[in-house]
Amino acid sequence: MTTHQAPVNGARPWALLAELTHACPLHCPYCSNPLELARRSTELSTGQWTDVLRQAAALGVVHTHLSGGEPLLRPDLERIVAAAEAAGIYTQLVTSGTGLDEARLGALCAAGLRSVQLSVQHADAKANDRIAGRPSSFAAKERAAALVRRAGLPLGLNVVLHRDNLDAVDDLIELGEAWGVDRIELANTQFYGWGLLNRAALLPTRDQLARARETVERRRERLAGRIDLVWVVPDYFDGVAKPCMGGWGAVSLTVAPDGTVLPCPAAASLPDLDAPNVRDRPLDWIWEHSPAFNRFRGTGWMSGPCGGCPRREEDFGGCRCQAYALTGDAARTDPACALSPDHHLIRSLTDTGPVQEPPPYVYRRPGAVPEPGHGGSPEPAGR
Amino acid sequence: MAGQPSGAGVTPVSGSQWRPALAPALMLRHDSVRGTDLLVLPERVVVLEGHAGQVVGLCDGTRTVRGIVDELAGRFPGAPVATEVPSFLDRLHQEGWLK
Ligand code: SF4
Ligand code: SF4
Repeated sequence: MTTHQAPVNGARPWALLAELTHACPLHCPYCSNPLELARRSTELSTGQWTDVLRQAAALGVVHTHLSGGEPLLRPDLERIVAAAEAAGIYTQLVTSGTGLDEARLGALCAAGLRSVQLSVQHADAKANDRIAGRPSSFAAKERAAALVRRAGLPLGLNVVLHRDNLDAVDDLIELGEAWGVDRIELANTQFYGWGLLNRAALLPTRDQLARARETVERRRERLAGRIDLVWVVPDYFDGVAKPCMGGWGAVSLTVAPDGTVLPCPAAASLPDLDAPNVRDRPLDWIWEHSPAFNRFRGTGWMSGPCGGCPRREEDFGGCRCQAYALTGDAARTDPACALSPDHHLIRSLTDTGPVQEPPPYVYRRPGAVPEPGHGGSPEPAGR
Repeated sequence: MAGQPSGAGVTPVSGSQWRPALAPALMLRHDSVRGTDLLVLPERVVVLEGHAGQVVGLCDGTRTVRGIVDELAGRFPGAPVATEVPSFLDRLHQEGWLK
């Protein structure tokens, strides 16, 4: 009688990331949404999401992150939760906390909501609100955490780490304890999309990372059995490519607010992907047959050092979006990997260290990207 | 998404009057697409092989470990339930999946 790890290269997807809207009251400079945010008028309807969830369940999806933007901005969120529950899919709300009150949470629980993931930008309220680009957003998070606790739902905290909050990792963990969370995810910033646009402001120093890592190790021992402490590695500094999404089209899929289906939320940045849409095609066709989902599936597409590399079944050659963002070719080895011929693109940044005077954030807002045509290209690191 | 129970050494609870119940955060379900039982957690999915899903299904807070073993012994005559089930339940308890 055993339990075992779900197959990484399963034929069917386990999880669906449902980006219900790109609208958000916060403006985080590392937001994982694409630079080109979907307009509200293009969003899928309640009926369309219901159908997507039904199709996803039939395809094998058992878990969904209801995310955004801020999913609470969808007035029909309760009905979407109920549709997932009816399809047998476990729901986790991924929220910034703004807009969650007792009545709303009560309605969501009644609809079948199972768990909540709350984002926090900093342990200090003022610093949190500066990073989020919204006053009093910290207070809203604190209230939201208390409400979720009282409702008895599992609560996870997620923190994107960068230059301006890595020194507060200890305080952030303490905050999680004080708020009674079950899990804390400390995810180092991924530099594509908004993160890449703000790289000069967000890139930390090696010292900052080393200290934070030590803190996490020390804390992890003490929290064992109480809080699950997850550290998502800084691929820029480790010289190791991350196994992005568990492989392209291998374990999960993302449906964007307008119905575009992607192997990963960042894949919207790949210009020639020709991403399919649930408005045009059934989800099982998209998963199994669409060129977009087959493009980087498995290892056959690999070239360069990945081709004969023993790690290729573990990290799948790293992140396609990062390869594209830094080299202009999505099929190259992820430059984060020390074996990549493009690794100097990253080494030159991490070795010289971050800029002394970081530029101000470009806050994530519709129309905030300076030159729309050049949105995906890396900024000079500001030397 | 996916996970594996680690076997950390904790005092077994299966000998007591413990009446195992699934932790509220978890969903036990059959997956007809893959033909297996699953435990779905906030951040991962655990595949329950063989009769493990049936064992977990009996953990509804009304039965003692002894009660669960007896029930299974009736369903699967000759199977080594008395030796395997208590340690399996202990492992799930250590993971925090059973309360
Ligand atoms: S990262 Fe920040 S701006 Fe982006 S969706 Fe989350 S809360 Fe909103
Ligand atoms: S060469 Fe490719 S497969 Fe090998 S470690 Fe680097 S990214 Fe991974």
